[in-house]
Amino acid sequence: MKELSLNILDITQNSIKAGAKNISIFLDEDTNYKLTLRIIDDGCGMTAEVVERVKNPFFTSRTTRKVGLGIPFLTLAAEQTGGGVSIESFSESEYPENHGTTITATFDLQHIDFTPLGDMVTTISLLIHGNPGLDFEFRHTKPSAVVELSTRQMLEVLGEIPLDSPEVIEWIRESLAEQYLTFYGD
Amino acid sequence: MKTLAELAALRDKMKDKVALREGTGEKRIVVGMATCGIAAGARPVLNAFVVAINEAGLTGNVTVTQTGCIGICQYEPVVEVYESGKEKVTYVKMTSEKAQKVIEEHIKGGRPVKEYTIGEIKH
Repeated sequence: MKELSLNILDITQNSIKAGAKNISIFLDEDTNYKLTLRIIDDGCGMTAEVVERVKNPFFTSRTTRKVGLGIPFLTLAAEQTGGGVSIESFSESEYPENHGTTITATFDLQHIDFTPLGDMVTTISLLIHGNPGLDFEFRHTKPSAVVELSTRQMLEVLGEIPLDSPEVIEWIRESLAEQYLTFYGD
Repeated sequence: MKTLAELAALRDKMKDKVALREGTGEKRIVVGMATCGIAAGARPVLNAFVVAINEAGLTGNVTVTQTGCIGICQYEPVVEVYESGKEKVTYVKMTSEKAQKVIEEHIKGGRPVKEYTIGEIKH
């Protein structure tokens, strides 16, 4: 993948397919230029056995092909900077009350092989446009700045107006773009 | 700054229009957004369709949706156009520039862009 934001778009599709209602995407940059990505969902989760297998490119849950490259691509992007990927999951069958998956990936932002984050504005706006019934929470922090968006907060204001209305999608784009301007502007 | 207060103003402006906008779903544009699609460049393609349909005010009768892997990963980015009463049109190896042409000629004009369809690909 040419941008980390494409990996994020791809991995989040797994949460959507897992039937998640709430999806959080967190990016945290610390003072040592370490970036931690967390994608947290309340989808159907995976058993320990499946978690073991998803890092293998020859494992997939889809039926159209026998390969699944989403997690291996993310793992590659993380490991080539000296970071890594970990998956914590609670399957619906074993944890009916509290199921879901958290994927954590760490990166060294200063490593020469760090894949640029790229266009998070488009990634987030397309996720919301395609899944207006889900709750998305996005937050990108670094020591001096933050970019954030919460569809739940938006819906408290919007009421009956759907999140995928053209005007609302445009507002999401502009809001994130403005916040990123400040985020990278200092 | 785009504040929630501004979102509230947007809501008040939109309130009366919402009823009119319930999609009739005459045309459906489906973009493959699995790993294969995304790696091949599906995000700018999907974005181009979303932006163009929104800007052209066509959201009443054209919906843009995402799907998983269609099974022809070597032809990604793949875009399918469904229209009631007509055969599905499958566009392959799409780009955002090609998307503009599909919008103009197929979505607005009603004539599929044959040169971008799967039938035109040399095996």
